[in-house]
Amino acid sequence: MSLAKGELAGPGKAGAKAKAAAKSSLWSDSLRRLLKNKLAVFGFAVVVFMFAVCFLGPMFSPYADNKINMALMNKAPSAKHWLGNDALGRDVLTRVLQAGRISLTVGLASMVLSVLLGGLLGIIAGYYRGVADQIIMRVADLLLTIPSLPLLFIAGALLSEWKVPPDYRMYIVMIMLAIVGWPGLARMVRGQILSLREREFMQATTVLGLRSRRKLFNHLFPNLVPLLIVIATLNIGGAILSESVLSFFGLGVTPPTPTWGNMIDAANNMIDFEKRPWLWIPPGLSIFVTVVAINIFGDGLRDVLDPKKGR
Amino acid sequence: MSTYLIRRLSYMILILLAASFLIFSLYALTPGDFISGNIKLTPERKAELREIYGLSKPLMERYLTWMGNALHGDFGYSLAQQKPVLTIFNEYIWNSFLLAVVSTFLTWFIAVVIGVIAAYKQYSWFDTIVMLVIFGAMSIPSFFIGLFLIKIFAVDFHWLPPGGMTTTGSNATGWAYALEVIRHMTLPVAVMTLLGLGSLTRYFRSNMIDVLKQDYIRTARAKGLTERKVLFTHALRNALLPAITLVGFELPALFGGSLIIESIFNWPGIGQLYMKSFGLRDYPLLMGFTMFLAVLTVIGTLLSDILYRVADPRVKL
Repeated sequence: MSLAKGELAGPGKAGAKAKAAAKSSLWSDSLRRLLKNKLAVFGFAVVVFMFAVCFLGPMFSPYADNKINMALMNKAPSAKHWLGNDALGRDVLTRVLQAGRISLTVGLASMVLSVLLGGLLGIIAGYYRGVADQIIMRVADLLLTIPSLPLLFIAGALLSEWKVPPDYRMYIVMIMLAIVGWPGLARMVRGQILSLREREFMQATTVLGLRSRRKLFNHLFPNLVPLLIVIATLNIGGAILSESVLSFFGLGVTPPTPTWGNMIDAANNMIDFEKRPWLWIPPGLSIFVTVVAINIFGDGLRDVLDPKKGR
Repeated sequence: MSTYLIRRLSYMILILLAASFLIFSLYALTPGDFISGNIKLTPERKAELREIYGLSKPLMERYLTWMGNALHGDFGYSLAQQKPVLTIFNEYIWNSFLLAVVSTFLTWFIAVVIGVIAAYKQYSWFDTIVMLVIFGAMSIPSFFIGLFLIKIFAVDFHWLPPGGMTTTGSNATGWAYALEVIRHMTLPVAVMTLLGLGSLTRYFRSNMIDVLKQDYIRTARAKGLTERKVLFTHALRNALLPAITLVGFELPALFGGSLIIESIFNWPGIGQLYMKSFGLRDYPLLMGFTMFLAVLTVIGTLLSDILYRVADPRVKL
């Protein structure tokens, strides 16, 4: 890392840069480089905007109570209802924002779950090796062999048959996505640890006779964090997409809880699909904008935190 | 190499056996079956039918019967269609393959061309636009873009048919038939190509950028070769070679169909068959399909590893 910094500084302003570099830590240095990437900053701004609008927006909406109003049934967009009304006369814009709350929460939570699960199992497998490694990696192989979409569909069907109340379904969808998501993550983390443990600084910790716990938490883990941050960020986008697919097919979060995915379900109705695009295009575009922004931001993060991988 | 293959193959078989048990148990766990969905039957008749189909036996016994038959190439009868599962697969799989093979070819072709140009002109406006489009393509929800294109091209402009493989009631043959199928597959192929394009273009772009920095490219330029020759003979070949390891990963996509795209476009492929059978709880078919995908995935991974070695003899297996 220090070598790379030296190269970046270049010959001209070497003195000034070196002073700055001496003061800054790796993290503030990374932050500075991230801020230089305008596209990534823009992506981050859009993500923050989506979160802010979805979580705060409904509070300022006069239609947040979702009152059924048959007089406004399926009305096209107007000055009062910017995105029109749905089949029950509810304001579509408010519904989209409320759906965003659920979709973003599911994406975020399932990311946290799969990073915790995959990260922990990957660390155990890579650091302790032996029987634990064998068991964890064989289970991961097994889960990676079965395609994830059928796996998710089966889980979704189980939910429907067990009559899980709609309020709880979203939590189970988070768990489902985490179960499908952890094996790939564990594999990546394990690979990273296998290469880190051969490095000189890890050999030094052995020579110093450090305890296993200190080696793991003070020396190995900090080197893993950049990778985990990058994976976690990109993972949110993937989770939002998976949730929308499941909910679209009625196997994820189901109405009355709105999500972007199950709102697009309106397109399964021929008349709504052809004549009332305001019912299903706004949630689709919301998914698209959010996921693009997350991917752009995540890619910028990767450039900064993990310079060797990808471009 | 041969010991590696033997070790690898035996591991593959073990993983597939474990996967088959997991798949079987998952479907067996799913409440409701083909018979309970039929409201015309009396409870006595239902019990009788369950006895006939062996659904009342314990899980392990049912699994062993199913697996034993599967090893003989018999995946049972579809409950809904009363035909052998493999026969039905054979009817649908080639429709899926047609979509997949065309879109895979297009994806690879476009990805190579755009990726190479973008890499050569790194940081130009063309490159920036390509990167933005790549991010876009990687972030589209597949079902939404499908619906969106149907709405624009089929519903609003009537340029292309909204779905299916042939026009309903049409009995065209020969060239007319081919033309009809091509018109019907335009939209699904476009969506599948777009969805695959993002990551692949990115892959070729970054490969090409790496290669262009190599010493042998500098040498080629120093020798005074034309830029065209440097680019196409020296750089391109080396940038393309690693991609053959990706061929293996395409295997499940080539024969496994696409659950989402085929459902949206009502394409009579194996993916749509799965989605329909799912609603009917036609277990033999569902299990057969999932197992089929698992086998393809495992074979694809093995193929990739072997091709990796072919591409780069320094890699030890």
